[in-house]
Amino acid sequence: MYFDSLADFIAMGGHGLYVWLAYSIALVIVVFNIASPILRKRQFMANYRKRLQREQRLAQRQTSETQK
Amino acid sequence: MGKLLPGFAVVALLMLITGLVWGLAIAPADYQQGNSFRIIYIHVPAAILAQSCYLLMAVAGLVSLVWKMKVADMVGKSCAPIGATLALLALATGAIWGKPTWGTWWVWDARLTAMLILLFLYIGVYTLHSTIDNELNAGKAGAVLSLVGVVNIPIIKYSVEWWNTLHQGSTFSVTEAPKMAPEMWMPLLVMVIGFYCFFAVILMLRTRTEILEREKRTGWVKELVEAN
Repeated sequence: MYFDSLADFIAMGGHGLYVWLAYSIALVIVVFNIASPILRKRQFMANYRKRLQREQRLAQRQTSETQK
Repeated sequence: MGKLLPGFAVVALLMLITGLVWGLAIAPADYQQGNSFRIIYIHVPAAILAQSCYLLMAVAGLVSLVWKMKVADMVGKSCAPIGATLALLALATGAIWGKPTWGTWWVWDARLTAMLILLFLYIGVYTLHSTIDNELNAGKAGAVLSLVGVVNIPIIKYSVEWWNTLHQGSTFSVTEAPKMAPEMWMPLLVMVIGFYCFFAVILMLRTRTEILEREKRTGWVKELVEAN
């Protein structure tokens, strides 16, 4: 371990702001790259499911009308 | 591909955690730069990946233009936003590192400018893919821009040798031993490998979503939606 204490580690010898700012931006970019395709897929699935349900309802209505 | 993704994800996670702890807490500080040099552990992997991602995007573009392979087009399209974020990360961390080291956030130096152009190329390819309605034309335009932009890659690589620059030379090279102390470059190598695996994971995630969206009229996508 290079640092003596947690406070030392956070201070980074006076460069804490630069180091932690850089690492936070990295974290944001990592999270964005994981979340964005997953959210897009979820959105796609939800939209598709809605469309299938709509089509099903429509089909049911048509069959019940023809039976009358 | 289904089994590859979790494998890469596990390796990426292990590598990145190891590299982070090693680079941030165990590696010694630089005798000139102090602890600000620890930014290297994300700056260098981000910059390497931003360039590797570009090469992949260009190869995918070539394959989709020549052999009309749909998957290649989707991979190329998926590379653009990922590469843009990586180039942005390299630029941002570079600027943050530059402030305590060079005394400035930004200089219009060859390496930095070429890297900024890389970011613009990614944004250009992404915009072409997302604004042209016809998928075929969008793919072609994106592929052509990707291929034209390849000239920028050797410019980035050799910019520190061709021009006078503030930016230091590369840490790793195939032919020479690293100029850095092993306690410093070993965690960097771990981070670079970790970033490559992470890139594989997010590229697969993005390409899969892209495939779903493009194949939405096919039976297998319908079955997949109904099964979930």
